[in-house]
Amino acid sequence: MRTSLFVTLVAAVAAALFALAVASGSDYLLFAGYTVLQFVVLATAWNILGGYTGYVNFGSAAFFAVGAYTSVFFHKAYPLPIPVLVMIAAVVAGLLGLGMGYLTLRLRGAFFSIATLALAVVLQTVVVNWHFLGGSRGAYIIRPALAPIPGLTYIQYLVLVMLVLAAGALIAARTIERSKLGTGLAAIRDDEVAAESVGVPTLRLKLIATTLSGALMGMAGAPFPYYIGYIEPHSAFGLPYAVNAIAMPMIGGTTHWAGPLIGAVLLGSLQQIATVTISSAVNLLIVGLLLVGFVIVAPNGIVGLWQSLFGRDGQGWRRFSRSTRSASGSADSSRSTRSA
Amino acid sequence: MNCLSGTLVHETGTVRFAGRDLAGLGPHQRTRLGLARSFQLPRPFASMTVADNVRVPLLYAAGSRRGRRLSEREIGERVAAVLESMALTERARSFPRDLTQVDMRKLELARALAAEPRLLIADEAMAGLSQSEVDDIVALLIRLVEAGITVILIEHIMSAVMRFSQRLVVLVSGRKIADGDPVEVMRNPEVERAYLGQ
Repeated sequence: MRTSLFVTLVAAVAAALFALAVASGSDYLLFAGYTVLQFVVLATAWNILGGYTGYVNFGSAAFFAVGAYTSVFFHKAYPLPIPVLVMIAAVVAGLLGLGMGYLTLRLRGAFFSIATLALAVVLQTVVVNWHFLGGSRGAYIIRPALAPIPGLTYIQYLVLVMLVLAAGALIAARTIERSKLGTGLAAIRDDEVAAESVGVPTLRLKLIATTLSGALMGMAGAPFPYYIGYIEPHSAFGLPYAVNAIAMPMIGGTTHWAGPLIGAVLLGSLQQIATVTISSAVNLLIVGLLLVGFVIVAPNGIVGLWQSLFGRDGQGWRRFSRSTRSASGSADSSRSTRSA
Repeated sequence: MNCLSGTLVHETGTVRFAGRDLAGLGPHQRTRLGLARSFQLPRPFASMTVADNVRVPLLYAAGSRRGRRLSEREIGERVAAVLESMALTERARSFPRDLTQVDMRKLELARALAAEPRLLIADEAMAGLSQSEVDDIVALLIRLVEAGITVILIEHIMSAVMRFSQRLVVLVSGRKIADGDPVEVMRNPEVERAYLGQ
């Protein structure tokens, strides 16, 4: 599919979703939808580093919270419109990602992941001790009564912002996947030493990946204080963000842009349903159980399962039947040589 | 070998390639200058097809010495040509896990070759192969030399070494004990002692 067609399609789907959500008139649907979209952005962002490059980041919550607290900071210091805050959060979280990228100079595999976990703890401690940002008491954000776009309620406006971010994240991920950059990242994931030996500048590409991934996560966090109204470090740096950002791409499939989308929509919706029908405490249990199930049944996620059943280009089944036929054919020929 | 290609940093001495000191250059920069290597234990990109494996150096290394990026069409042609020269055309759409040992070695060479090197370091490209497979690889390497690529062959299958080499260097525990014409080096008693034991 051509990129321009894909962009049009994503925009059309986003517009249709927004129209449906507004037409439904249900505020609950908007609140739940916002959370799911937020996870689409987080999962897609995590996947740029975790799925494409193979560096597992346990510190997603840190980037998300940095985005959120950037908004809190400016809300108190100099209020700005949300789209501007999103951009600033992207820069701040992107710089943090760049810093994290330099960790990959020396740390690989599990060691890198542990360092990202430590990064989240360090940043949480900083925020807890920063009184201007509310410290451990948290900060209240009084949401403006009116959205900047006439005719929309504030929550509708927030959902619109998140829809645009989700669409942007998906387009960015797909573009990276198909670009020279994506090929280089995949080479790093498969074998970093071999990648370097065939001319891939691994450090530079890893820095690009950590920066992009971090920036996208920060963007997902920037509107959050306006959505939730009250933010405190314990929940902003909470485990659910880190776990979900990893689990969603894993369940959906990490090597394809659609993987995080599928995982986020599936897990995000399931968690929203569980929250209202059972209890919000069940959320992480669901994630854990699904993750265990998928690791056993479909280690490459839903996209991987699909590809193994139907092939990468939808031709898998035909190729499979052909290969069994040619295998039996070669058995025949070996028999005939023996008899000859 | 790792010092030549930049994977390890050497503490003494210098590595010069085409009149240029390589100190401070990472492996990917050396590859771009025309110094390619293959690995003793094949390290293919497991999630990519054979053709895509060969595409990586074409995207990242081959363009830099021409001073421009190759177009999609040029890359496609080069992939086909490299696979053809390594007799891997049939396997272009296979994944590395489905290759035989000898095809895996060929892929290793093909990927190094796609970077369009002036010097290729082939690290034990034939270890563990059968005699006919060794002959296969030697024939491919000889064709590379004829195409103007210098090949450093690291090998201890002597039949292959003798058939291939124009100059033979013997290292024992990191010390050079002989260097020169292959036949003369083989007559050197010290080499015989090192190879066969006392």
